[in-house]
Amino acid sequence: MPAVQETVEQVRSIDVDQYKYGFFTDIESEKAPKGLTEDTIRFISAKKDEPEWMLEWRLEAFRRWQTMREPEWARVSYPPIAYQELYYYSAPKRKDGPKSIDDIDPEILKTYEKLGIPLRERDALLGIESTGGSKVAVDAVFDSVSVATTFKEELARAGVIFMPISEAIREYPELVRKYLGSVVPVTDNFFATLNSAVFSDGSFVYVPKGVRCPMELSTYFRINERNTGQFERTLIIADEGAYVSYLEGCTAPMRDENQLHAAVVELVALADAEIKYSTVQNWYPGDKDGKGGIFNFVTKRGDCRGDRSKISWTQVETGSAITWKYPSCILRGDESRGEFYSIAISNGHQQVDSGTKMIHLGKNTTSRIISKGIAAGHSDNTYRGLVSAHRKATGARNFTNCDSLLIGDKCGAHTVPYIESKNSSAQFEHEATTSKISEDQLFYCRQRGLDPEEATALIVNGFVKDVLQQLPMEFAVEAQKLISVSLEGSVG
Amino acid sequence: MAMLEIDNLHAKIEGDEGREILKGLTLQVNPGEVHAIMGPNGSGKSTLSYILAGKEDYEVTEGSVTLDGEDLLEMEIDERAAKGVFLAFQYPIEVPGVATMTFLRSALNAQRKKRGEEEVSTPDFLRLIRERAANLGISQDMLKRGVNVGFSGGEKKRMEILQMAVLEPKLCILDETDSGLDIDALKIVSEGVNALRSPDRGMIVITHYQRLLNHIVPDFVHVMNNGRIVRSGGKELALELEANGYAEYQQSAA
Repeated sequence: MPAVQETVEQVRSIDVDQYKYGFFTDIESEKAPKGLTEDTIRFISAKKDEPEWMLEWRLEAFRRWQTMREPEWARVSYPPIAYQELYYYSAPKRKDGPKSIDDIDPEILKTYEKLGIPLRERDALLGIESTGGSKVAVDAVFDSVSVATTFKEELARAGVIFMPISEAIREYPELVRKYLGSVVPVTDNFFATLNSAVFSDGSFVYVPKGVRCPMELSTYFRINERNTGQFERTLIIADEGAYVSYLEGCTAPMRDENQLHAAVVELVALADAEIKYSTVQNWYPGDKDGKGGIFNFVTKRGDCRGDRSKISWTQVETGSAITWKYPSCILRGDESRGEFYSIAISNGHQQVDSGTKMIHLGKNTTSRIISKGIAAGHSDNTYRGLVSAHRKATGARNFTNCDSLLIGDKCGAHTVPYIESKNSSAQFEHEATTSKISEDQLFYCRQRGLDPEEATALIVNGFVKDVLQQLPMEFAVEAQKLISVSLEGSVG
Repeated sequence: MAMLEIDNLHAKIEGDEGREILKGLTLQVNPGEVHAIMGPNGSGKSTLSYILAGKEDYEVTEGSVTLDGEDLLEMEIDERAAKGVFLAFQYPIEVPGVATMTFLRSALNAQRKKRGEEEVSTPDFLRLIRERAANLGISQDMLKRGVNVGFSGGEKKRMEILQMAVLEPKLCILDETDSGLDIDALKIVSEGVNALRSPDRGMIVITHYQRLLNHIVPDFVHVMNNGRIVRSGGKELALELEANGYAEYQQSAA
């Protein structure tokens, strides 16, 4: 109830044409030369002081990438990306690694403050503990390099490894080598292969056997340097019986050029393990004419490798000019479970092509897909999903529900479900609806005293409620605000 | 001047050439009064309620409506609500995923804000809604469900009355509130409405049948036909209509 109220206030408080987080921080950065060659990759690898095997891994990806073509099947259109005109590495300049929070560039800290991110441990502790005692550990990614990691000690006591992946490559090479690329192979797709070649940094999480991670893990991404593609790489492993909840959220400064973002996220859940991965994405969507904005080509995949394991994706997508993203689950272990809860909102000239894949390989595997697409303005919003049952996936079950809501008459919503079953005992259910916010609903709400914007916010919040409930508390409120902010100006 | 003054109101469906639905309707409602409007289907009863509430599909071609001397027709829908106009819908609309509790609190605070009043605090609101809901036999569980989603006809009507009780409007318009109600539900709803009768509140009760008026006894009864009020009287007029039907008015109109 208060969240709805807040939503409404949020809509009011924000200027329509002004992207709230569109500021630019001036920090000297160390860049790799423009363009992409083997030398660029050697540069990145050397910068990160990587072992030889990592460099080889990258180079192999790069060679492969050169033979690949950009996919064209998604319902999005954008001008050709000049890959040789981009910078593939930039890091905030520093002499040595930061020893403490005081070593961090005050400019960076200020940027985070503007975003309201509780980077300092103290702030995080105060801020979070007052709202119910749960803690959030933040591994903040500023451009390409992680600048601070909090709560490290408490996590270490539990045996949880949570650190920038560049550090993990040096400190836990066996773990990284064992799992990196094991869910999203180097050769998986154009963007994932590009990422494999040039990934700059990201998070690494390992939760040991039987450990329930004592806090929510959270990473905030920001894209800050002009013309710098951001290539995050995240790897999360929950060993047998482990549990971890990971939150990811991001905003980016306003700029004119389109920015390429091609992240890869890999999740591995061993037997009886559970991973919950939540995203609130609010990257710059472009101005009101559709100029600028982030191109977001993401490969996210979870492998339910062990029996009875569970992976759950929850996403709230409101930003980016182009979104190309299909968080998926490979249900390899018997009785494993995959879930996908999504809210995808497009306004202005945004294009969203998003959905999920549930690949049932093991026996009695189950999956659930709840997707809520909301299209407003001139945007296009496509749900694209695959549910498949392998020959051996006896007793596989899926339930899919895709609802689309249209606001106005210049936007489009599309649902493209693929269903493949090679096992006759598999049961797949698919429900889909497309609706418009009806005049009757608006009239009813307004007759009770709500103005058109309040009424729309209320109706949309109702529409996405099933998914919002899946988010951790900290994110649910933020997500609710974002939803209304993203839709502002959509009511005529 | 009466609280609500409807003077020679002519209206048609927006964009529809020619055909008027209201053809010179005149009515005054004062605080404390309950006016019943009766009439056959298609006489324009529901149109009148929609126009008072501000539904955008209609176009007023002539005449005026004032509330406390202010031009009602110039006001936005939500502005009218904040000024105290409440319409209990014949077919209440579903708002999936929005709990009735949330809906009502948002509505109440939106109205209060427009009137320059403080928002109601959470404890005060909970106290208010629990008390009003209990009077209407509405459970806490129902308040948590989506607005009108999965409710029976009777439950929906009770919810409309609950909303009315919480929003405390100045002018209540009940559009065929009795339709789809069995006798028990009719009693509960009527009791709810009667409890809201007050010296500073006016009501317009639109109905096709007299039976509602056994429970909500009106001060005035108006017969509406073919877009205007053709006869007015006291509560006994309703009984006469019940006995004789609308035939004589329809013939005289034709």
